[in-house]
Amino acid sequence: MFKLFYHYSSLRNFYFFSEKLIPFLIAVFLALIIYSLYGALISAPADYQQGDSFRIIYVHVPSAWMSLLVYMAMGLSAVSVLVWRVKLAEITLSAIAPIGAIFTLAALVTGSIWGKPMWGTWWEWDARLTSELVLLFLYLGVIALLRAIDDRRTGARAASILCLIGIVNIPIVHYSVEWWNTLHQGPTVSKFDSPSIHIDMLIPLLTMTVAFMLYFIIISLYRIRSAILVYDKETQWVKDLITSSKREQI
Amino acid sequence: MITDTHNWSTLFILVRRDVLKTWRESADLLYPIMFFVLVTILFPFALSPETLVLKSFAGGLLWIAALLAMSVSLENLFKTDYSSGALEAIVLSGVPLLLVGLAKAIANWVLSGLPIIILAIPLALSLGIDTFSLSILLLSLTLGSATISLIGTSIGALSVGLRSAGMLIIVLALPFFIPILIFGAVATSNSQTGLIPEAELYFLAGLLVLAVTLTPWATASAIRTRLG
Repeated sequence: MFKLFYHYSSLRNFYFFSEKLIPFLIAVFLALIIYSLYGALISAPADYQQGDSFRIIYVHVPSAWMSLLVYMAMGLSAVSVLVWRVKLAEITLSAIAPIGAIFTLAALVTGSIWGKPMWGTWWEWDARLTSELVLLFLYLGVIALLRAIDDRRTGARAASILCLIGIVNIPIVHYSVEWWNTLHQGPTVSKFDSPSIHIDMLIPLLTMTVAFMLYFIIISLYRIRSAILVYDKETQWVKDLITSSKREQI
Repeated sequence: MITDTHNWSTLFILVRRDVLKTWRESADLLYPIMFFVLVTILFPFALSPETLVLKSFAGGLLWIAALLAMSVSLENLFKTDYSSGALEAIVLSGVPLLLVGLAKAIANWVLSGLPIIILAIPLALSLGIDTFSLSILLLSLTLGSATISLIGTSIGALSVGLRSAGMLIIVLALPFFIPILIFGAVATSNSQTGLIPEAELYFLAGLLVLAVTLTPWATASAIRTRLG
């Protein structure tokens, strides 16, 4: 078990292993995204209250889920960085932080676009919106700290500590914001009481979420792989790789 | 680990050293406190000089001013120790870093939290707050500022010795202070409108307990990372 772990967490092995993995992932991703887009845009019936504008949830909801999931992935990397000092985890942490920030931003922007026709306003100090905004700043904090420290390994360790403080804080922020929201203002926005979603709407949403996860994994792999090349640029295997790819071009 | 009497005296020595050092360089002590008063004074100019208006916002205003002033004070926490090499000497001396982290937080609270709480009394009265709400405000500030010192110390330790560390610390720390701000400000405004502020105070106390148990570890590993 540990042997396997060490094998794949070595940068070189991971580089060549992921090279084989990517085409397979892309194939599954393309199949899923085409099916989900068809389901989301064509086969799912229009909502009886919101009409066609409900379809933005097929981007909004997966983005919002991914924004949390990526933070959890960062947390796992952070533990590996601090406890086992895994180099691959250091690279992963800095590679996926911007992706998570973008997912959070996407969730906020799509929520805002949906909110304009539905709630009549671009922004509402709703509990979930607000805690998503705080999450964005937690991501930006991790990125800022990574950028501020010149030494990459120290930067990754410092960002890991910040990320773990953030993990403890996310539920606290979420529930305190909910508490604040319920006390300060009554529900000015009439929410649909626990919307029971139609099965034809739900299945594309779930497949879309899986497609988003695959997209995240693929993009992360690309970012991690190029970071590995930079990280290991002095080693022989990277030099060999570069000379062999040059030879192919000639 | 900290129950050992030897560790208690180490903790005391570390705190005393920090407090005395800042006390003698009085500018570091003064800036956050001046900042707190000035920010509070700005609000009547921006909102309205009428006590009725100010009174309803008083809790929130003082909480925001205190939060900002505490965040500003965090930069000085490790700065001089880092540039003079004292921090490295402390780390090399074999003192448990857990104690160093805790001592820094306590010193920060004594140097900026405590003066802010004391100054909040005249400021709150000038904003027209009644005595019961004032007592709740002070209680919430006490609990909250201690939590802020603890979390802030970890974040200050992470950005030790970086360029423009002061701004970075504020940007990194403020999102973590949001729950404290919520419970602190809601407790005060509840007491003003006649609601019972107990629940919020318990939440603040809970956050403090959580911070006391977790943040010294974060601070210790941050110091180790930044100096190792």
